[in-house]
Amino acid sequence: MSENTLSGGLGGAGATAPGQPGAPGSAVGPDGEKGAGTDIKQSASKPRSLMRRVWGQSEGRVGIILTAIIVLLAFLGPLLAPLVTGYSPTEFADRPFQPTGPFGTDDLGRSVASRFMAGGTLLVLYSVAATVIGMVAGAVFGIVAAYTGGTVDAVIMRVNDVLLAIPQLVFAMLAIVVLGPQGWVLILVIGLTHAPRIARVARAATLSVINEDYIRAAEMYAMPRSRIIFREIIPNITGPLSVEAGLRLTYSIGSIASLSFLGLGMQPPAADWGLMINENRIALSVQPWGVILPVAAIAVLTIGTNLLADAIARANASTNVGNA
Amino acid sequence: MMKLVVRRLVLSVFILLAVSILVFAATLLLPGDPARAILGQQATPERVAALSSQLNLDQPAVVRYFLWLGGLFMGDFGTSTSFGGPVSELLGDRISASLVLMVLAAIVSIPLGLGFGIWSALHRGGKRDKSVTWVSLTLAALPEFVIGIALVTIFATSVVQILPAVTMAPPGTPVWTIPSQLILPTITLALVVAPYIARMMRATMIDVLDSGYVEMARLKGVPERQVILRHAVPHAIGPVAQVIAIQLAWLAGGVVVVEFLFRYPGIGQALIDAVTFRDVQVVQAVSMIVAVVYVVVNLLADIVGIMANPKLRSAA
Repeated sequence: MSENTLSGGLGGAGATAPGQPGAPGSAVGPDGEKGAGTDIKQSASKPRSLMRRVWGQSEGRVGIILTAIIVLLAFLGPLLAPLVTGYSPTEFADRPFQPTGPFGTDDLGRSVASRFMAGGTLLVLYSVAATVIGMVAGAVFGIVAAYTGGTVDAVIMRVNDVLLAIPQLVFAMLAIVVLGPQGWVLILVIGLTHAPRIARVARAATLSVINEDYIRAAEMYAMPRSRIIFREIIPNITGPLSVEAGLRLTYSIGSIASLSFLGLGMQPPAADWGLMINENRIALSVQPWGVILPVAAIAVLTIGTNLLADAIARANASTNVGNA
Repeated sequence: MMKLVVRRLVLSVFILLAVSILVFAATLLLPGDPARAILGQQATPERVAALSSQLNLDQPAVVRYFLWLGGLFMGDFGTSTSFGGPVSELLGDRISASLVLMVLAAIVSIPLGLGFGIWSALHRGGKRDKSVTWVSLTLAALPEFVIGIALVTIFATSVVQILPAVTMAPPGTPVWTIPSQLILPTITLALVVAPYIARMMRATMIDVLDSGYVEMARLKGVPERQVILRHAVPHAIGPVAQVIAIQLAWLAGGVVVVEFLFRYPGIGQALIDAVTFRDVQVVQAVSMIVAVVYVVVNLLADIVGIMANPKLRSAA
């Protein structure tokens, strides 16, 4: 779960097996997967949609299913919780750490099942919001840096270096100590700390397409720069950017859950998985459900999104379009 | 080559200076009177006034920045508002405790990552390779506290109880007096870091195994064991060194959650306590220490990269 790592290593080089013979029309083929041969043949003539190529891999399928299970739980859970257990997430059910109800009670005697079912909504929403903010900011700065070049590029990349010198969680704590643990602070600080890492990827991807003929042609037609960026560059770097989005979503979930676990994210009495783990871990040996359920949910969600990101990377590698 | 190294060195100094401005600017963002914001609404006017003069709040921000920065160079990190004493005293033992944990994690994770990377590259496409890929993808996805709690559940509480779940050394004694309490935090960090090393090692090892000189060595009849150990691995290690450095630098921030989970008396634990008590000076000091570790490790990695690259090495 360490950020700032090889988005390329997870996707590009790590996922492909060079030297696989018989891959017409593509430099690299997805390794080891069943049906790889037919994938490549089809992509040589007409690329299948990204979604279908992702679904065509076992990793992609498992990733999508795991993610979907937790997202459904996160959004339907709060509605179903009172119906299933009879208690709202903040209501007193029994004495603390008793085995009453489906999964017992927590440190303040609330129903663990209710809190578990209600505890994923904010985590998912915050993570997605942080990822979107980071992707937009990072992509804008990365593309502008690569396309403008010169001083602008140098300044943006140096600012990047400075921001990268502070680890994400430490940066988040610096923001929280000053501004307090509020929702918008969490979303903004996690999103903005993703931005420099995403900007690097966006810049590299843009540099790889910037000298293509279609960009030259657009420049010759005196197409405005903003239009070139939106119409010519962005559609051709969606591959690496979608891989990055998947990875950053995984890291956003991890960071926000970690902050809640540290008591610096979601604040009581909110029902939240990270916070639940913090509240109930003193009773891990007598009433483990209050810890195990949220830990399992976070684990399944992050594994799902990471498998998905890896599958997208492989799917991109098999068409080799704008793959940085 | 020296030119490149010096340039990287100068750049690192500038990065750290910029980071210090950023970290210092945090105090400027405190709403209203910083002293009042730090101490809270119940603070007496005398305490607020004392803290104001301690923070040099009567001076303009630029002067305060240089006073703070000058203090950092002389080991004066300011005064902790929640503990009362100087920050350097509070952090002294904790820095060494955190470094012990980071070094142990590095010692465990690097051979583990390299070993599994090589092993899965040698069985490329097979069942063993696939299982390493799945396990590393899974571990890479998990937040560190999830891995830590899973280990605590298995080894310290619910399944078997053979290792301590939290740090047991009384405050003031060095953490290594009870070695068993170091095991779970070390394994947790190692399991977070090793998958990235393994994946990178696998990728470069596969490239190297397909190269001409490995084929040449095989064709002339060099034993397979020697092909791998003498010809392939040394060439694959170069690019992986950079990834290892990034991971080690990441440990500087990654210890925070793990220390909290195991109540380990390091700087990460100090950082979380400080954030909880809004002890801004401690947070600033820890942020700077972590940034220094991060920048220095990255600088070393770049220098190793420059030295290892024959093209750059020969260029004067």
